[in-house]
Amino acid sequence: MSVGLISDVVLILLVLSLAVWITIARTAYRAVVGFVAYGLLMTLLWVRLAALDVAMTEAALGSGLTGILLFAAAARLAPFEAAERARAPAPALRLLIGLLCTLVAAGLAAVVLWLPEPAPTLAPLVAEHLPPTGLRNPVTGVLLAHRAIDTLLESMVLLPALIGVWSVAADADWSGRPGSLPRPPASDALTLLARILPPFGVLVAIHLVWIGADEPGGKFQAAAVLAAMWVLVMMAGLQQPPAVVSRGWRGLLVVGASLFIAIGIAGIWLADAFLAYPKGLAKPLIIAIEVALTGSVAVALALLLSGPPTRAHRCEAGR
Amino acid sequence: MSGTTLFGLGAAALVGLGLYGLICQPGALRKILAFNLMGSGIFLLFGVIAKRGGGALFAAGTGSDGDPVPQALVITGLVVAFAATAIAVALLVRLAETGGGTTLETDAQDAPAVPTDANLRGEREP
Amino acid sequence: MRLALDIFTIVMVSLGGLFFLAGTVGLLRFPDTLTRLHALTEADNLGLGLVVLGLLAQTSWPLGALKLIALWLLALLSGAVVAQFLGAAVRPADWRTDDVSGPREDGR
Repeated sequence: MSVGLISDVVLILLVLSLAVWITIARTAYRAVVGFVAYGLLMTLLWVRLAALDVAMTEAALGSGLTGILLFAAAARLAPFEAAERARAPAPALRLLIGLLCTLVAAGLAAVVLWLPEPAPTLAPLVAEHLPPTGLRNPVTGVLLAHRAIDTLLESMVLLPALIGVWSVAADADWSGRPGSLPRPPASDALTLLARILPPFGVLVAIHLVWIGADEPGGKFQAAAVLAAMWVLVMMAGLQQPPAVVSRGWRGLLVVGASLFIAIGIAGIWLADAFLAYPKGLAKPLIIAIEVALTGSVAVALALLLSGPPTRAHRCEAGR
Repeated sequence: MSGTTLFGLGAAALVGLGLYGLICQPGALRKILAFNLMGSGIFLLFGVIAKRGGGALFAAGTGSDGDPVPQALVITGLVVAFAATAIAVALLVRLAETGGGTTLETDAQDAPAVPTDANLRGEREP
Repeated sequence: MRLALDIFTIVMVSLGGLFFLAGTVGLLRFPDTLTRLHALTEADNLGLGLVVLGLLAQTSWPLGALKLIALWLLALLSGAVVAQFLGAAVRPADWRTDDVSGPREDGR
């Protein structure tokens, strides 16, 4: 058994035990603590699978931002948990469900063990078509050149999601500011962190976008870092979340996808296909799209975290 | 057995665990958590398939040697999963605020009322 | 020269690992939150510092090295802030009044 394999065994056992903890923990708060730790271990797992782009996204989004979202919800919904527990299914039913779920897992495990050999792959195809784009990071190549339509739809799906979150607000609250972010009691330590960290975070985000063309990194990772910095500033109370009726912020939300679509439509004349890039211009166009999308995705992620608008914004009410 | 196959089996177990939590946990927030667990098991399965299909094509200079197509799909999947979780949480908090409880019971009569000590925002002014 | 650098890295990273181990043992064995926090922050800061120091010998100067050092400084900062939070959360209320260096209450 090699050292690598031993560390893999330890890692997957830790991940699985945390998953069990998330499933059976007594309170939602404990389960969320487990979920954040689980996300960090998943990041290591992605590194072991040689998927550094995914690892960064998992750390920033799957563990960090989702963690804040779930912590806030768990704190707010804690008063309901006693009533929930009374409604758990009977032990016999739970056993039956457990057996059936084991069956599903066993089926998937069988699929994993009998995956076709040699593995079907699109990697040679991507490698062959990567040089004309001028990119060296194959994942960015797939995201922005070969499967650009997926990325376009995916960056746009954040907008309906945001509209969905906003739409649960009561009519009277519509002109208010989002109020779902947790507001810890004001403390010097938090203020210090919210003043020192964002400049570094912005620098890291710019770096991630810039190297994304050639090395692991890219707009989603950068956007998650930017969103995290903004959320930190809002949670420390240094800045209020923007009102959802503000046109400027709405403009920022759509600028990335609009540029993507504009360049895509221009491609119909310049390169004979929707979302195709003219020869020699692929890399500059891709970088322009990456930069614009980073801004839009960052604003969308932070606003998704901030939740629907409320009239009695808690930060104003608390002071 | 290679580490990659091991991760594949782990992914299968994660999907099973997530499915169990999704069905068994009565609280909607716990269901959201379980759904995320299930999703991450499926992403991991994608990662395993990407690793198997990779070879050493891109090892030089990029640090990534998997099939980039499933990896790109997982990245977009993570973003969409976050958006879906945000919507689900917003709906759930609103449901709890308006007195609907936090379970998915259909009988509104015995759904728990809002506890008086609930730390909820959004109370309407008269 | 290469060999000397490699030996330096191995020694420093192992020492760092030792501090991580000590910190983890402290986290598991110490009796209350404040002493656990002490074990965690102190040992982990030093442990991460030693690992970073060891890896400095393997990386390119100046970009790689500066990134590693920035990583350590940022971990120090966030560790310190988290320790402040946990400390404030577990400290009994009557400590606050006679300790001027603590977090302020009611904005003053």
